[in-house]
Amino acid sequence: MRLTICWLYARTMNIYGDRGNVLALVERCRRRGIETEVVEIGVGELLEPGRCDLFFWGGGQDREQIAAAEDLQGPKGEVLRAEIERGVPLLAVCGGYQLLGRFYRPHEGPELPGLGVFDAWTVAGSQRMIGNVVVDSPDFGEVVGFENHSGRTFLGPRARPLGTVRIGYGNNGKDRTEGCRYHNAIGTYLHGPVLPKNPQLTDHLIACALTLHGWVGSLEPLDDALARVAHEEAVERARVERQALRRFWLLTRR
Amino acid sequence: MTTRLAIVTGRIVAWATRRSGLGGGTALPGLIALRLAPDLLTTLASKLPSGVVVIAGTNGKTTTARLLAESLRASGLHVVHNRSGSNLPRGIAATFLEATDWLGRLDGDIAVLEVDEFALPAVVRAVKPRMLVLLNLFRDQLDRYGELETIARTWRKALDKLSPDATVVVNADDPILAELTAGFQERRCTFGLEDPAVVLPTLPHAADWRLCPRCGASLEYERVYLGHLGRYRCRACAFGRPAPTVVARTVRQESTGLGLDVDWGNRTFAVRSRLSGVYNAYNLLAATSAGVALGLAPETLLPALAEVPAAFGRQERVRVAGRELTLLLIKNPTGFNEAIRLLVSTKRHCPVLIVINDLDADGRDVSWLWDVDLEALRVLSVPVSTGGIRSGEIALRLAYAGIEPCGRYPGVVEALDRWLATLPPEGCGWVLATYTAMLELRRELARRGAAVEFWAQ
Repeated sequence: MRLTICWLYARTMNIYGDRGNVLALVERCRRRGIETEVVEIGVGELLEPGRCDLFFWGGGQDREQIAAAEDLQGPKGEVLRAEIERGVPLLAVCGGYQLLGRFYRPHEGPELPGLGVFDAWTVAGSQRMIGNVVVDSPDFGEVVGFENHSGRTFLGPRARPLGTVRIGYGNNGKDRTEGCRYHNAIGTYLHGPVLPKNPQLTDHLIACALTLHGWVGSLEPLDDALARVAHEEAVERARVERQALRRFWLLTRR
Repeated sequence: MTTRLAIVTGRIVAWATRRSGLGGGTALPGLIALRLAPDLLTTLASKLPSGVVVIAGTNGKTTTARLLAESLRASGLHVVHNRSGSNLPRGIAATFLEATDWLGRLDGDIAVLEVDEFALPAVVRAVKPRMLVLLNLFRDQLDRYGELETIARTWRKALDKLSPDATVVVNADDPILAELTAGFQERRCTFGLEDPAVVLPTLPHAADWRLCPRCGASLEYERVYLGHLGRYRCRACAFGRPAPTVVARTVRQESTGLGLDVDWGNRTFAVRSRLSGVYNAYNLLAATSAGVALGLAPETLLPALAEVPAAFGRQERVRVAGRELTLLLIKNPTGFNEAIRLLVSTKRHCPVLIVINDLDADGRDVSWLWDVDLEALRVLSVPVSTGGIRSGEIALRLAYAGIEPCGRYPGVVEALDRWLATLPPEGCGWVLATYTAMLELRRELARRGAAVEFWAQ
């Protein structure tokens, strides 16, 4: 078995530790004897239908995000949309996630059109939402990561969130939703190495990719002791930060 | 009068914090003094007959400032210098307070100040430097600093505030800095490396500037020396690396430190140093350029540079419980990559302890660890252990790099002790630690008599 992992805009949209996600996908395949090939597809490069079994798309700075948005207005956007409809798994973080929604409205300048895969839209906010996040997901259990975004994403009636925020801001800091799902595509604000610390999410993406190849069965379990340690440690940090924030809040409002 | 009051109050607070053992008084006195006299920095800086030199950059500020300050001191000048690395306005104010007596008289001819990336416009406006040294701009703590373009915009503001007769000393190998200072032609002194022997095989994963800062097309690198520093050219527009005024023609790593052959027009300087690593070659080059531009004679400058020891947690060597440890501060992907490059280049097969904290000063977001090429550590084949608040995150990162961590110890001092116990007596070890972890380690080592408190260095 061999999977082709497509890293969308790898050179321009990998703002913070996004490589960790690709490493996790490759390594968890390797340990199970599944070969992988990682192809990077950047601005102006062709995306062939049916070539890729799994997509990853990271976050980027404003300029890079605009370049990607323009790039997707062409045939590449059509192909990516069709691939998602076909059930190809995808993980999009931050900037990538925002561009899978209907539009992104920045502080200034024109609205960036999105692919509209998710029934969601994003509006630039004035305050950055930064910190450790813990999310409860109906399918993936406890998911932990770090968020850092000023865009506020709102979900439409047809959108299904990744989960509910237990600690942190999530999509918009208001409705406690985090991320979005459509078919096998997942968008999230949990940036950087979300997959290494949440192996259940990684395995879901791999399993979806294998299923498209006609594979049936369940993935061989791996030794996740270290991933669990890192996961628990991140959850603990989120807890400690929340307590500190509450104490500060109480002190300042007395 | 307010200035006098601010100085006296600040000095009392400094004395009290040190006396009570709360710390070195590297920030609080300045904070209070600035509250009392907001223009304190301007007032004090204007008293310096030879003006102020400001040094900024993601990596190398502390070392470069120290190199330059020591060289100026060697020429007989009294130098005001924030050597503790306290580089926000409050820390700089505290530094000035320390050089001031109870009557408000400043004992100093010139100031050498390292300044935080975001504080640069405010400090430049306040102290009106005669020289601004810009070292590099790398991806740092994203949760605190935001995107690189944000810092670049901040620096543009600082450059706009520079007085018309000020000189800019700038790293030509950094594309964003070259573009930011492009308008300073006559007042700009550029420096860069020209030694093919220290070239990296590829642009590292953590390289930040892949796009042309002028037109947004992709940059082509003929040579990469460190991170995104190198000889670059835009594929679309006329932008390219400016030919540096000051060039390090050769960079030799010797067992005792670095040796650089530096060309400046038809003059040549043989720069020697006790420091190691390509990143320190840049720091030395920056200090040499600034020193010569300030009028220091090579007979004074070169011996002074050769004597300067490592700054706080930058390749410091300490002896503890019979073991010799080398301490390396790691703050961001490029710094961590360069630390690994140094470890590998020395070929000393000592066990490694990596201590990662995620407090405010370290950056709360540890995602950057995944941008570091930890895979490069594999060739050393030495045991690697982890410690600190995020000992688990770095252990997991190591495992993904094909390095099974041999020990994981939460905590900082606990990690040090438990790791030390695994080292052979008279053995050696490398300790890589983030900022607050390094502070804690240094404090503990000082308590045990193995190192000095950093503000007393």
